[in-house]
Amino acid sequence: MTGNLVLALLIGVLYTVGTYLLLQRTLTRIVIGLALLGHGANLLLLQAGGAAGAVPFIGKTAGAVGEGTADPLPQAMVLTAIVITFGVSAFLLALAYRSWVLTQEDEVQDDVEDRRVARLFAQEEERREAEALARQARMADYDDDVERGAP
Amino acid sequence: MRVLLPLPVVLPLLGAALSMLFARRPTVQRLLSVSVLAGLLAGAVALLVAVDRDGTQVVQLGAWAAPAGISLVADRLSALLLVVSAAVLLAVLVYAVGQGVADGRRTGPLAVFHPCYLVLAAGIAMAFLTGDLFNLFVAFEVMLIASYVLLTLGGSRPAVRAGMTYVVTSLLASVLLVTVIGLVYAATGTVNMADAAVRLQDVPDGVRTALALTMLVVFGIKAAIFPLFMWLPDSYPTAPAPVTAVFAGLLTKVGVYAVIRTQTLLFPGIEVVADVLLVIGALTMVVGILGAVVQDDVKRVLSFTIVSHIGYMLLGLGLFSSAGLAGAVLYTVHHIVVQTTLFLVAGLMERREGTSSMARSGGLQHVAPLLAVLYLVPALSLAGIPPLSGFVAKVGLFQAGLADGGVLAVSAVVAGTLTSLLTLYAVGRVWTQVFWGPVAAVVADADTEDAVDVGVARTPRLMTGAAVAAVAGMLAITVVAGPLYGLAARAADDVVDPSVYTTAVLGEEVAP
Repeated sequence: MTGNLVLALLIGVLYTVGTYLLLQRTLTRIVIGLALLGHGANLLLLQAGGAAGAVPFIGKTAGAVGEGTADPLPQAMVLTAIVITFGVSAFLLALAYRSWVLTQEDEVQDDVEDRRVARLFAQEEERREAEALARQARMADYDDDVERGAP
Repeated sequence: MRVLLPLPVVLPLLGAALSMLFARRPTVQRLLSVSVLAGLLAGAVALLVAVDRDGTQVVQLGAWAAPAGISLVADRLSALLLVVSAAVLLAVLVYAVGQGVADGRRTGPLAVFHPCYLVLAAGIAMAFLTGDLFNLFVAFEVMLIASYVLLTLGGSRPAVRAGMTYVVTSLLASVLLVTVIGLVYAATGTVNMADAAVRLQDVPDGVRTALALTMLVVFGIKAAIFPLFMWLPDSYPTAPAPVTAVFAGLLTKVGVYAVIRTQTLLFPGIEVVADVLLVIGALTMVVGILGAVVQDDVKRVLSFTIVSHIGYMLLGLGLFSSAGLAGAVLYTVHHIVVQTTLFLVAGLMERREGTSSMARSGGLQHVAPLLAVLYLVPALSLAGIPPLSGFVAKVGLFQAGLADGGVLAVSAVVAGTLTSLLTLYAVGRVWTQVFWGPVAAVVADADTEDAVDVGVARTPRLMTGAAVAAVAGMLAITVVAGPLYGLAARAADDVVDPSVYTTAVLGEEVAP
């Protein structure tokens, strides 16, 4: 199978940029990132069908996809995938807009339970720090006592 | 006979279209959905009987011959799972209808619920029946798009927050699925599963292993296996009770089915993958259940038990033996029923208590003794107490694991035993905090979807009836455990030998 180097590089770039955007906290960037990833995947499907430039298959020859004719299947699959990505992206945009209407910010909201656990953790940290301070104070008192030669 | 194969996909889709026409006639919608799903169940049972008698059944859509066209394939595994799914979908629908009748239109746009629910049913059926990788992707998308809408019904703040996580994760998994389909196509030049199975035998081992592991990641996200499960306990609990119940029972199991189908059919006999499956299975069990024991919200506890118990199915698959797969199939059937039942009962509990927080509940056994029984039976079954269905399924798996005798297999069985005990602890915690103790005052929970009538309204008979039916169905698994295990073993025999599938789809002369 021969491939197209430019297309291959483009697929790589689309996956890279898409992944980078997906890791952001802003919802719009995530949406764009997913769209780019989708494009990358579609181009990959197209690339899997072989090199461009072959003639479309003509007439009812035995073995429709023969030597020298273009493979029609990847195009059909890419079209299906594009339609699906389009629909889901529209839903995702609507959801992101709804999230913005509700919270007035364009960011991924924290998991409530995560926040609860984080709060517990923070409280525990505070308690430990307070204890450590108290212990230091006690130690300081003790040192003072020792210096003063108390029993 | 041949009409039975496309029926489970076509019937719910037509029902969904009709249901949209009756958007303003809730009664017609309800009758339509119930009759469509009853028809689906009847068709699925007929299909299972036919498949078990005559072997794997195939229909080539549009009469395009196998490698070029799309095949629908029903073997014993897919037919069995289809029957269980149809039964669960019907029970949950009755429950949802009961809830809808009681709450009226206040809980959200009810008109959307029925069409989406039927589309979800069509997607699940298609995922089980398809014999084509790209069509499997389409089936997953049909199922997921319906689930996005169901999860975010009403568009409240917690629903949108959870929906965002769910949609983005699912979409990423879909992109990866398209990628891996593209790679399989590049390697073999086909997306027909049977054809790909034959052609993949000539592909170099390294490429096969890479494809197998990528596919495991893709369906692992859908099936919520360790370490890809983080989205599940976050998103499921916020949906309305019936939606959570059907998601919990079915969506992850469709992922598990896809893992079983692809790994056994396309990539049999790769040792690395078997080892990875056993290790991941053990980790999924232990990490999932450790998550469950520290949660305070009942629905979150149950969500983590879903994750945990997916590990048992991976254990059965990882053995790649007939006995192991039979155990995995039986466990999947058991887990679909028991997890759905538990979420239905959790919905009823939330209705009575006004909250799903354990800290704010108490003494429910005095107020609702029937509910206590309905919770206890599936909870004990989940933990694997004899003679309930969980015990039967676990015995099958553990015997297969010990018979295998490998270090990883035995360690996974030990992890499974430990997980059973911890599951008992997790569900026992719910029991002592929610059902025992002094009766807690009912306070409506501000951030729950169906808080409107919680605690105040009487629980409708239809909802309780659906939950009772689900528990009875679970007990029935115990009663027919012998014949069911026989069926699971026959299904496993079909799955272990890929040539059964390829011969059925491609005909004698093409298959090796």
